[in-house]
Amino acid sequence: MSIELRGVHKAFGPKKILCGLSLDVEEGETVSLVGFSGAGKSVTLKHIAGLLLPDRGTVHVDGLEVPKLSRDDLYKLRLEMGYVFQFAALFDSLSVGDNVAMGLRKKGGVKEKEIRDRVAESLDRVGLEGFEKRFPAELSGGQRKRAGLARAIAYRPKYLLYDEPTSGLDPVTTEVIDRLIVKMREDLGVTSLVITHDMKSAYAISDRIAMLYDGRVVEVGTPDQIRNSANPIVRGFVEGKPEMIEEAEADDEDEDRAGRGHDSEHHGQRRPPGAHPGRRA
Amino acid sequence: MNWTLPLTWVGAAVLSLLAAFGRFSRFVAESGRSLADGRTWMAHLPEQMRKLGVNSLPIALFLSAFTGIVLALQASYTFTGAIPLYFVGTLVGKTMILELGPVLTGLSLSGRIGANIAAELGTMRVSEQIDALETMAYNPIAYLVVPRVLAGTLMVPVIVIFANVIGITAGWITAINMLDMSTQQFIRGLRLFYEPFDITYSVIKATSFGFVITIIGCYQGFNTRGGAEGVGVATTRAVVISGMLILVLDAFWAATLLKT
Repeated sequence: MSIELRGVHKAFGPKKILCGLSLDVEEGETVSLVGFSGAGKSVTLKHIAGLLLPDRGTVHVDGLEVPKLSRDDLYKLRLEMGYVFQFAALFDSLSVGDNVAMGLRKKGGVKEKEIRDRVAESLDRVGLEGFEKRFPAELSGGQRKRAGLARAIAYRPKYLLYDEPTSGLDPVTTEVIDRLIVKMREDLGVTSLVITHDMKSAYAISDRIAMLYDGRVVEVGTPDQIRNSANPIVRGFVEGKPEMIEEAEADDEDEDRAGRGHDSEHHGQRRPPGAHPGRRA
Repeated sequence: MNWTLPLTWVGAAVLSLLAAFGRFSRFVAESGRSLADGRTWMAHLPEQMRKLGVNSLPIALFLSAFTGIVLALQASYTFTGAIPLYFVGTLVGKTMILELGPVLTGLSLSGRIGANIAAELGTMRVSEQIDALETMAYNPIAYLVVPRVLAGTLMVPVIVIFANVIGITAGWITAINMLDMSTQQFIRGLRLFYEPFDITYSVIKATSFGFVITIIGCYQGFNTRGGAEGVGVATTRAVVISGMLILVLDAFWAATLLKT
C-alpha cells in the first residue's frame, strides 16, 4: 500500500474535523477525495505530508508511519512528494523559475544547467513556457496555479498531492491540468491523491473516487460505481441535489432519536437540520 | 457572586501566560538548533543584513540627529547660570551612548523591522508559503527565522553606533552654532566622564534589542492565524511586545551592568 490512513481523528479545539477517516491509495493509482467545503479534505492531505499530526489513528506512506518519523526521515520522504496547494503558495520574492527550481535545489545532486532545463520542461508541461523570469505577482490566478503544479512536478516525485488543482480555472485550462494529472500517472507511474469539488475532473482523472463526509470516508469506488451509488449522500453530492442530503440527514437523526444511530462522537459532527451542505462549519 | 470566580480567572491567565512562554521558548530553542542548517540560512543572511540593517539606517540616523539637537538645547536650558556650559557635551555624549542611542533606535526599529518581519512571515503563513517550504523539505525556521534573527542581532549594534555618532555630532553642531560654545568646550565636556565601557554597554544593549525585535517578529509571524486580520494582529503584537521588552531589557542592563 502506498498511502494508508487508518482511523484518523483530528480536531481543532472543540471542532472535530476528521472522525476515524480511513483511506488507501495503491501504488501508481490516482484517487480523488471529494466532499463538501470544510469537510476536512485539505486536512487529510496535510496529514499525509506530515504538516499535521493526527490526534488518533495512523498515517503510512511508503510503509513509513509519517507522524513517527524523525525530522530528517520526514524531509527525505517529502522529497518523494509533490504538493500542489489550493492557492499555489508561490514565494512572492522569487521568480517563477526560482520557485519551480526550489525542490530540485533542495534535492541536490543536480547541476544548475540541468535545473534550468527541468524548470523549463516543467513550465512547458503546464503551458507556461518562457515564464521563468516573471514574478508571482505578475501572474493571473490560473497561471499561479499552473506554476504551483510545475513546482510540484519539477523534482519528479513518486507521490503527488493535489489540493483543488482545477478550482477557479477556465474549462480549457482545467482540461489541460486533468490531462497532465493522467499523463503523470501514465508516464511516471506517480501515485496521486487529488482533492476536488469538480466531479467532471474527478471522473476524468481517477482510478477511484472517495467521498468524505462527517469526518470519514463514506464510500470509495470507481468513477462508475460513484456515479451510480445508492448512498443518498453520495448521490446528492455528485448530482448537486442538497435536498437528497437533507433527507438522508433527517432519516439519520430519526434513527439516532430512536437509539439506533451512531455513537455520540459521530453525532457531534452532524450538521444542523436545514443547514446548507456547502456551508458546513 | 461566586468568590472562587476571580481566582479561576487569575489561574487561567497564569496558565495561559505560562503556556505562551513555553511555546515561545520552544521556538527560540528550535531557532538555535536550526543554526546547524547553515546550508539553508547562509545564502539568505547578506540579503537580510541589507534589508534589516542598511535600509534601516536613514530612519535611525534621522531620529538620532534630532535627538542630539534637542539634548544639547535642553542641557543648555537646564544648566544656564548654575553649571558650566561644557557639561552640555557630557550630557549629550553620555545620554546618547548609554540610553537614547540604543533605546530610541531599538523602539523605532521595532516598528520598522519587527512589523515588517511579522507582516511578511504572517502573510507567508496564511498563504501556505511556509507549508510549501515544509513540503519541499526545507526547514522553515532555518530558511526564514535564522537569517532574520542573525541579521538583526548583528546589524542593530552597527546602526546604534552610527546613531550615537550622528546624535553626538548633531549635539556638537548645535552647541557651537546656537549655544555660544566652542568645539574645545564641547569636547572637554564629552571626555569628562567618558568610560570605554560606555560603548560596550551601548553595544550589548543594542545586540539584545536586535535579537528581541527580530525573534518576536518571527514568532508572531510564524504563529499568525486567519487571514488579513490575523496578519494585522501579529504585526501589532510584534511591535508592542518587542517595544515593551526593549524597555524591560533597558532596565535589566542598567541594573546589572551599571555598578557604581
